[in-house]
Amino acid sequence: MTLLTVEDLNLKFDTDEGRITAVENVSFEINAGEVLGLVGESGSGKTVTAKSLMQLNPSNAVYSSGGGIHLDLESGVVEVLSLRSSRELEIVRGGAISMIFQEPMASFAPAITIGNQMVEQLLIHTSLSKRESSELSVEMLERVGIDEAGKRFHQYAFELSGGMRQRAMIAMALSTKPKLLIADEPTTALDVTIQAQVLDLMKDLVSEFGMAILFITHDLGVIAQVADRIAVMYLGGIVESGPVREVLKSPAHPYTRGLINALPKLDSLDEPLTPIPGDIPSPLERPPGCVFHTRCPEVLADRCNSSVPQRTNLGHGHSASCFAMNWEGKAA
Amino acid sequence: MTEKPLISIKQLNVEFPLGRTLFGKPPMLRAVNDVSLDIMPGQFYGLVGESGSGKTTLGRAILRAVPITSGEISFDNRDANYNVGGLEKKDLNNYRKLAQLIFQDPYAALSPRMTVRDIIAEPLEVMGLTQTREETDERVREIAAKCRLNLEHLRRFPHAFSGGQRQRISIARALVCNPNFVVADESVAALDVSIQADILNLLLSLQNQLGLTFLFISHDLSVVAHICDHVAVMYLGTLVESAPTRKLFDNPRHPYTKALLSAIPSLDPDDSGKAQKLEGEIPSPVNPPSGCRFHTRCHFAEERCRKEVPEWRKLDKRHSVACHFAEKLASTQ
Repeated sequence: MTLLTVEDLNLKFDTDEGRITAVENVSFEINAGEVLGLVGESGSGKTVTAKSLMQLNPSNAVYSSGGGIHLDLESGVVEVLSLRSSRELEIVRGGAISMIFQEPMASFAPAITIGNQMVEQLLIHTSLSKRESSELSVEMLERVGIDEAGKRFHQYAFELSGGMRQRAMIAMALSTKPKLLIADEPTTALDVTIQAQVLDLMKDLVSEFGMAILFITHDLGVIAQVADRIAVMYLGGIVESGPVREVLKSPAHPYTRGLINALPKLDSLDEPLTPIPGDIPSPLERPPGCVFHTRCPEVLADRCNSSVPQRTNLGHGHSASCFAMNWEGKAA
Repeated sequence: MTEKPLISIKQLNVEFPLGRTLFGKPPMLRAVNDVSLDIMPGQFYGLVGESGSGKTTLGRAILRAVPITSGEISFDNRDANYNVGGLEKKDLNNYRKLAQLIFQDPYAALSPRMTVRDIIAEPLEVMGLTQTREETDERVREIAAKCRLNLEHLRRFPHAFSGGQRQRISIARALVCNPNFVVADESVAALDVSIQADILNLLLSLQNQLGLTFLFISHDLSVVAHICDHVAVMYLGTLVESAPTRKLFDNPRHPYTKALLSAIPSLDPDDSGKAQKLEGEIPSPVNPPSGCRFHTRCHFAEERCRKEVPEWRKLDKRHSVACHFAEKLASTQ
């Protein structure tokens, strides 16, 4: 069952230096109970895309009228981009959709106890009483593996360690039982041993609560371990998407291949690292045609720099947007 | 090997006072605890550990950027020999020409008000290494070319550059005074993967061209595995294991090294679950566990680990470990 459909999302920002394209023709779907990994380097538009799902982008964001974000709930389909009043927006902000952020210290209010913050959102989004909310919150803290949950409930964010804060953040996001959890680089600020713990916890929770996760990260290793499907973004567009095994084992787009080759791997220590040549272009100087052609090793003269490649279906839900891959017989 | 180490550290301790007290001594935080290691000339020496393990403090102690509480650091490049802990003004200045630092964050490390040329030239001017402006310009251009910077960009300001280019500027700045030894502290952590590989390749080629010795500090084991030839692992201020890279990755003898290796998420979606996950978190260095500092999280911990601090001992010529049961661990593999 499709929970969320993003159709032709286009988003620009009005700035002093002109209108900047942040997201261009992005379409994807998330099914209930599925983990979709959104990968890309900084500036590729991952976070902006995710924030659009909750209309959290700043007020200079301009959504173009053609696209839409449809959220399929039991009560009917919600058109996220046409929600206006803060009352209506509560459906996607903490109700059906919750978000956890990269830096948990920055997302908890420093002067309010963890417990009060958890209770506050339960009072807004559920019909629970204050007492029931507290009980549920402590239960959730225990569920995510926090020792002495009763004591932690009364503490402030600065009193917890980084891993513990991220667990509390997850507990808070899940206590309203959202249908979709957006996790924006949830383990990037954590050490590897703690990252492994948090990833395990998230996998357990998906199977227990049956919710969908949009997992945003730049780390392909993390994606390989948690995601069912993956979408690779570059300069505001999705260049390749598909089941995680397909995409990582037989990547079709030169950018995906470049990302995988640039990654240091433990099982091939002798192979030299191959960087993707050049730098990511500034959003103000967006290349015409295929946005990746300035750095692409397989660029086709007269083609890639003038026309935009369409999404090509490669079977098994795997698709990519590139002119060059057809020549390799990849599509067949 | 008959070669003498470039940097030799013996039983180094670095402590920081925690606040002030009216009477008596304030409590001390021991960031580096009894560390001994040798870095050979021309080595790409990796130092890994989680946050709070003391790797940055160790790197800074070698550069005398933090005061040394006890122990000895000696630097010997055959032309000059320095006892780093006891350096006074003039010698310290000379030492700093030989030992340099590349910072983590290329956005914070460069002054936004200086042109790239001035940023790279500053060390030369401060240390008085060049006599004329022409000479300075020449040195700047030479090192900028080696770091693959576009020479026409030298008059621009840092804001015009991307993360990878900025990191190349910081590298040029660190190398302009011809150092022998460079500490690279998380120098690729802030970069995207596609750029990271480029900077790593640049560091390797500069090391070959200029005959540098690197101390490469990182939390990312796969990066370290790729570019370092020797790796030391730190936990809570102590060294737990040190070995040639391949040996360490193929045959880790300390349970912490083993756990750290298995916590790296694999690119293969079917390859999971073999991980031997560590429980709990790194304890506070203010009040470290007794005995072996790792025993609170170790799967193999026994009574002895709680009481006795494991000795830093050599398993063979280049492989050292601090664990009572290193031999036993090898047989469980």
